[in-house]
Amino acid sequence: MSEASPAKAYALHLGVIALLFVLSFLLPDYYHGLLARIMVLAVFAMGYNMLFGYVGLLSLGHAMFFGAGLYGAGLAVIQLGWSVPAAFAAGLGCGAVLSLIIGLLALRTTGVAFMIVTMMFAQVVYLAILYFAAWTGGDQGMVVPQPTRVLTFGATSLDLTNPTVRYMAALGLFSLVLLITLAVVRSRYGRVLVAIRENEERTKMLGYDTFSNKLAAVIVSGTICATSGAAYALLFGYVGSSFASVQYSILPLLWVLLGGAATTLGPLLGTLFMYYVIDVTSGYTSAYLLIVGVALILLVLFFPKGILGTVRQRWLGWLP
Amino acid sequence: MHFGPHLLLAALEGLVTSAVLALTALGLSLVFGVMRVVNVAHGEFFMLGAVLAWAITSAIGGHPALGFLAALVIAPLIVGAIALVAERLVLRRLNYNPEATIVATIGMLYIIQQLALTFYGPEARPVEPPFSYRILLPWFGYSGYKLSIIAASALLLIATWLVLTRTRIGLIMRATQYDSETAQAFGIPVGRVYGGVFALGAMLAAIAAVLIVPISQAHYLMGQDPLLLSFIVVIIGGLGSLRGTVVAAVLIGLSDGIISMFFSPTLAKIIATLLVAMVLVFRPQGLFGTASR
Amino acid sequence: MTPLLTTKGLSCSFGGLRAVDNVDFTLMPGEIRAVIGPNGAGKTTFVSLVSGRIQPSSGAIVFDGADITGLPTYARVRRGIAYTFQITSVFANLSAYDNVALPAQLTLSDSRSMGALRAGVMTALERTGLADRAHMPAGQLSYGHQRLLEVAMGLALKPRLLILDEPTQGLADSEIDNFIELVRDIAKNATVLLIEHNMPVVMQLADRITVFNAGRILAEGTPEAIREDAAVQDAYLGTAP
Repeated sequence: MSEASPAKAYALHLGVIALLFVLSFLLPDYYHGLLARIMVLAVFAMGYNMLFGYVGLLSLGHAMFFGAGLYGAGLAVIQLGWSVPAAFAAGLGCGAVLSLIIGLLALRTTGVAFMIVTMMFAQVVYLAILYFAAWTGGDQGMVVPQPTRVLTFGATSLDLTNPTVRYMAALGLFSLVLLITLAVVRSRYGRVLVAIRENEERTKMLGYDTFSNKLAAVIVSGTICATSGAAYALLFGYVGSSFASVQYSILPLLWVLLGGAATTLGPLLGTLFMYYVIDVTSGYTSAYLLIVGVALILLVLFFPKGILGTVRQRWLGWLP
Repeated sequence: MHFGPHLLLAALEGLVTSAVLALTALGLSLVFGVMRVVNVAHGEFFMLGAVLAWAITSAIGGHPALGFLAALVIAPLIVGAIALVAERLVLRRLNYNPEATIVATIGMLYIIQQLALTFYGPEARPVEPPFSYRILLPWFGYSGYKLSIIAASALLLIATWLVLTRTRIGLIMRATQYDSETAQAFGIPVGRVYGGVFALGAMLAAIAAVLIVPISQAHYLMGQDPLLLSFIVVIIGGLGSLRGTVVAAVLIGLSDGIISMFFSPTLAKIIATLLVAMVLVFRPQGLFGTASR
Repeated sequence: MTPLLTTKGLSCSFGGLRAVDNVDFTLMPGEIRAVIGPNGAGKTTFVSLVSGRIQPSSGAIVFDGADITGLPTYARVRRGIAYTFQITSVFANLSAYDNVALPAQLTLSDSRSMGALRAGVMTALERTGLADRAHMPAGQLSYGHQRLLEVAMGLALKPRLLILDEPTQGLADSEIDNFIELVRDIAKNATVLLIEHNMPVVMQLADRITVFNAGRILAEGTPEAIREDAAVQDAYLGTAP
């Protein structure tokens, strides 16, 4: 994180983005679609990593932020007939407001209480989605109709249901959030976040209002997750309550733990790897969540730093 | 029916819920109190108790009471053994670090639940009650079995309370809860105490499940509601306090029945969850606990 | 000249124990003030009250003419009160550079420049003799160097009042000599409040000494006056090994 080798770090990240771009033309249809989905969900994981990896705050309720983006954007299109950009902004707005409220409340607690409180607030959001079924479609969810998912710039229009457009939109969003994350963690603010994770009391004694800094981190993290949710609704056209369930609070934790907490590329790697494993195993069993459980336990027991965390510790100290 | 009998019926149903909830929540509370571990897999031990009760009763056959009694003894023992193995293999190796153990117990939750799905299947299966005597009240008949659940739960709670306050084992547990390092220094085998408490907590959940399964059926997802309700009870009652746990269980059990009569169950859950989250935020020692320090 | 720091009737009790009992204290700008006293006399509690780590039961704290009694810790730090811990608590997993950059980036006047931050950090590291170890993780520094890093972090805050809580504890004699020079250097631009058990260090550094006993100020004066004070000898110096 110190001043060393910024060029190397930026080169690596641009390289990853270039690779994903090239893959768009090489992958067969099925994996092309899957990778687009993974990139959008990796944004969710990056948002989660912002709070868990860098600030050390373990939330068990981030599905509510993903859900806020998902439903914020989805409902804006379906119920209000908004255009794609306005709906996307609505999703972000919902995520930002929700994370502000949750941050103000949940940050009064620490440690285990923080984990349980975030889990409970997420449960409230999930149940509310079920309760207001007239609006949200309840546990059936809703499909965002194909004709509404079109971006129009004057005369030209982009159909978000077209696989290539969808892939490029996902890649664009992923790249933007990745570079923002990299810039934030290398910034002075990023240094303060890490200091809070390492020793909050000491950080206060160095003149930092740790509550405000943590609140800002919750809002940044929640809004990134909402961005992912909003993009998911608009690109893949489905808005469902399962995305706000506790399982979708656990998955980003798993992805980040696997890829490496507090590494910028870990979330992508973890999401990619886990999706691949589930994709392979779902051919054999419907109980793919078993893999999730086993992976969680093996990771905390034997591999708490994850893939990239271990790589950084052993070989590449400069990895951001 | 008039309002009075209606209320009596709701109160009786609420008391049955409270009785089962108190046992389940007590298990969660003991594990948190002594080990400082939040066991997210607690509901799955409950589910496992019910599923095993079905397996045992259908294997034994004969008079329903025979199979039920066997299940009441064997199912908790198996669940306790599984919990003990999980504690040895996973929690102990994590040094009981609070955050790592939560992640690990989430892993256990998925493993137990999905194994149940694989081997037991997605169906809900009934277990026959050990006896089907109906007590005739002036206004309605009521299941004698349900009343016996309340009695059994009360007996178990009193027994647990006696063990905790009057025996050497209870003293050792309280000493470990108070200060595990000092306890270790005084020769208390803290590791074994932790293993025992974790198994005991799981067994209490399993017993509760065996008691309730004749009236609610066994299903692989049935652990989710007891987990949430137990969290609510333990938080309201104050973490690690036996008396608070029982009082809160009765309160939640009764109000759950009564609120569900007036509101939709989903809305009741929303309100309850939100209120409990607020309790944790603004009064972390619980409604009945006193601030520590 | 107006005092930099005054406390009026400052008290703090834990349970029944009055750890700090009705203390009136005045510190003039530019001083090096030593606070001494037997263990449990309330020295650390007193400076914790000043820095805002704990709240007083009663009394007031005035810093540079403003009442800061109700201010949170971080706000006091921003007004110029820096505190270095008795127990070393550097960020072990961060480099020495990052440890100092945290306070340095807060006080930087031309805020966005990378070069200015680097210069500020390196100045603090050079003054404490740690410049060549800037990129080592703080946890891998020797104990003495970690204590110096604590001081560098305090310095990087550009404090008007630097509180040093037992800074020489665990240092070798040669390190202590360097340390005395460092504190004299710091005192050119800041007021220093020093809690110290090592009497030779106190006698060499302090302009004035305040003696605490049982939560109260027992005596206050120049090193010579304190050395001659019978009550102090009785309570403290006499019982020292």
